[in-house]
Amino acid sequence: MAETKKLSIIAFSGDFDKLTAVFTLATGAAAVGYEVNIFFTFWGLDAIKHKLGRSFTGGNWLTKLFGFMMGGLHVTPTSRFNFLGAGPKIFRYLMRKNNVATLEELVEAAKVLGINLYACEMAMHVLGLKKEDFIPEVKDVLGVATFLQISEGGQTLFI
Amino acid sequence: MATKVLDITKEHCPMTFVKTKLKLAQIAEGDILEVLLTEGEPLNNVPKSAKEQGYNVLSIEHVGGNTHKVTIKK
Repeated sequence: MAETKKLSIIAFSGDFDKLTAVFTLATGAAAVGYEVNIFFTFWGLDAIKHKLGRSFTGGNWLTKLFGFMMGGLHVTPTSRFNFLGAGPKIFRYLMRKNNVATLEELVEAAKVLGINLYACEMAMHVLGLKKEDFIPEVKDVLGVATFLQISEGGQTLFI
Repeated sequence: MATKVLDITKEHCPMTFVKTKLKLAQIAEGDILEVLLTEGEPLNNVPKSAKEQGYNVLSIEHVGGNTHKVTIKK
């Protein structure tokens, strides 16, 4: 067997379309035998919240308000053509119609494939998020140094 | 030793690979998986990645149209 190949993705964006790119690359790579790590930071943390809609996560009134405005996976906006939230619904419709996996299906596939999901400690601190706010598949809360160790020797992408 | 069939002709990237990978994980050692897939990316890469992951690709047959059958042994 060939040596283990590795892909590490820094998921910074909380946009529906960019997260679709993250999970498409991640699941595709895992399926062809790569070890895959995704490090969620800042807006990207929206993708791994266990509450998929809007909720007041956070520590104080300001982070609670941010938590509500940012929301979870089901309310992620598209980076273009968002049309006040109609955009992602239109894209989900087009994807289903053309038998392309939706973002939610890709996230489920990522869990089943055992992709390593990590959350950024600093961004969580700023946004008042705790590990309990995330899906249980999130393996650990990390900083830059650990991410560099984990991603060493593989390919790294920033999305 | 059982033979399972997986049809991914209607699937698109990355689900072509994901479904094959998950099916191969499910079946028992020694089982055969017949994957129906289309030309292009799936035909070029599904057998290749199966081989890379240590599975035995027994045959690739053209079954009509742009559909091919890849037989993989776990």
